[in-house]
Amino acid sequence: MTQTSAQSTAALEALNLTKVYGTGNTEVIAMNDVTLRVARGEIVALLGPSGAGKSTLLTALGLINPPNSGRIVIGGTPVMDGPRALVDLPAFRRRHLGFVFQKANLIPFLNAVENVQVALEINDVPPRTARQRAMELLDYLGVADRADNLPDALSGGQQQRVAVARALANHPSLILADEPTAALDSHRGRQVMELFRKVAHERAAAVLVVTHDHRSLDVFDRTCEMEDGRLRGTVDTSTAMV
Amino acid sequence: MNLATKDIRHNFGRFALTTVGVGLLLMIVMGMGGIYRGLIREATLLVDRIGGDFWVVQGSTRGPFAEISRVPPILEDRVRGVPGVASARRFVSHTIQREFRGRPLRIVVQGLAWPDDQGAWLPLIAGRPLGQAHLEMVADRSLGLPLGEKVKLGKDIYEVVGLTSGMVGSGGDGLGFFTVSDAQSIQFDLPGDAIRLDRQSRRARAEAMDMGRVQPLVLERSAGMSDGIPALGPPMVSAVLVALEPGADPHAVAATIASWPDVTVYSEQQQKDLLLSGMVDKARRQLGLFRALLIIISTIIMALIIYTLTLDKVHDIAMLKLIGARNSVIVSLILQQALLIGALGYGLAYWFGTFAFPRFPRMVTIEAPDLLQLAAIVLGISVLASLLGIWKAVRIEPNKVLS
Ligand SMILES: Nc1ncnc2c1ncn2[C@@H]1O[C@H](COP(=O)(O)OP(=O)(O)OP(=O)(O)O)[C@@H](O)[C@H]1O
Ligand SMILES: [Mg+2]
Repeated sequence: MTQTSAQSTAALEALNLTKVYGTGNTEVIAMNDVTLRVARGEIVALLGPSGAGKSTLLTALGLINPPNSGRIVIGGTPVMDGPRALVDLPAFRRRHLGFVFQKANLIPFLNAVENVQVALEINDVPPRTARQRAMELLDYLGVADRADNLPDALSGGQQQRVAVARALANHPSLILADEPTAALDSHRGRQVMELFRKVAHERAAAVLVVTHDHRSLDVFDRTCEMEDGRLRGTVDTSTAMV
Repeated sequence: MNLATKDIRHNFGRFALTTVGVGLLLMIVMGMGGIYRGLIREATLLVDRIGGDFWVVQGSTRGPFAEISRVPPILEDRVRGVPGVASARRFVSHTIQREFRGRPLRIVVQGLAWPDDQGAWLPLIAGRPLGQAHLEMVADRSLGLPLGEKVKLGKDIYEVVGLTSGMVGSGGDGLGFFTVSDAQSIQFDLPGDAIRLDRQSRRARAEAMDMGRVQPLVLERSAGMSDGIPALGPPMVSAVLVALEPGADPHAVAATIASWPDVTVYSEQQQKDLLLSGMVDKARRQLGLFRALLIIISTIIMALIIYTLTLDKVHDIAMLKLIGARNSVIVSLILQQALLIGALGYGLAYWFGTFAFPRFPRMVTIEAPDLLQLAAIVLGISVLASLLGIWKAVRIEPNKVLS
């Protein structure tokens, strides 16, 4: 994959993002002039020590934590110019973004299939179609047999897979995952990572995953490392592995 | 998919308890309105049922309900002489409180003008109207006296021969119907010693007077029964009820009677207005104020409930926003729950009321317009109460998911 082709088909472009929390003594520069491109169909790992600013970058890209300066372009659409939104953010999120966090964050009063269905209905998919598609997704993630269970009755891994299904529901062009496997055993964790890779490649989505799990880095096309708010160089693991 | 009902199903116990609480509050609000209507019904019931076209009472008084009125029974005959008058009856009414089988018994003693009026107009639920001139009574059910019960009032024992339902005085006490003469003997009953003392002092007064000395008969009578003294005449009655002949001009009749200097005449409507403006008015305002306060309290309580329900869902609402939910999705979630609590609470209030209201000591009358008005109020309360929760919810940032 050449630099130019990555640019022309870029699912995500973040340019010179900066985020400062607090003022005076409590000032923290969580993101310092971060520039990042992720192509369609590419899965990228974001590494770095605790407090490096990984979550800050991810939430900024997820349009729920506006940067102080810099630009964000998703799928060719400029969406943020500094702290200023250029589009209807909720609408943009439900159409183009998928989120997975360390915790599944399922809605406790909805069962597994409804948790996926709700993301579709919010995006104006008619209920019947939404239900059908939600079931297909649960099937795809191997939790269809638990579709009628409330989150409380699911194991951590099952919950996380439902959360992944929800993130995939609206065919997002960009999937953002913040330590999605931290709560899973290494086997399950690896399964989820491989699933992301499959989704990236099969559905031509860009996937950015924050992880501390160095054992499954081979799943990624590329890794980026963050430290003290700066993005330090990127390594193309797919070429390195070959 | 309806998020509001899904959430409710998940938290059913708490939601049910909340709704029951709101239902009880609304039942009290409903009851307040019912008590007010009942007060008006009770106050005007007797005037309604007894069916006189005019009430002739003591001059320049607003009797016989709002204040004491006393007119001589002979007024009956004077009224009968007025052209257009079909009949005139004396009206005797006073409240007594006696001990009966260890509990206080309050009776509004109502005199029926025997033999013209035997109480045929009474809404009897059992028994019969009065059948003899003495020692019978028709009692309202609320007095708790069964048919055939014998009650000692004054020196005589009266038998309950008929039962009415819903016949209460403006104070909420049950009515007891007697013949006028029985009613008066109950009213003017004095202990034997009091009578003896009264006769002695009357005799002493008569001996000191010229008339007593020149008229031995007066002296003799003064020590006898009080209605045996011609100068005193028979005891007074409260009012005289006038019924008009068909086709008679009520204004002309009223004008004629009104021209007599010793009496005042009221139409049936005027009599009701007197009752409502005087005795009921303060109670009405009191109840109205209390009702308004309860509505405000209900609103505050509901607002707090909706607010805490919303607080419990902060994380879920943030998640919904994160995946792109519009504010309308969140607002309708909260508003629907508020409306559901309001609507179910209202239904429960009505249902509870069907059990509770008949057990209230005073009449509670639930009327359709009041129910509709309360429904509108509950709708308003629900919307108002959800505002606080909605205000909180729209402010929740999607990145709250991460905290
Ligand atoms: N809401 C906030 N207010 C103030 N400071 C914050 C806030 N969020 C993050 N920070 C600070 O910004 C810096 C970057 O935090 P961030 O959460 O992005 O790190 P991270 O790389 O995700 O760390 P970890 O691996 O522990 O999750 C940290 O120093 C953190 O203390
Ligand atoms: Mg983090």
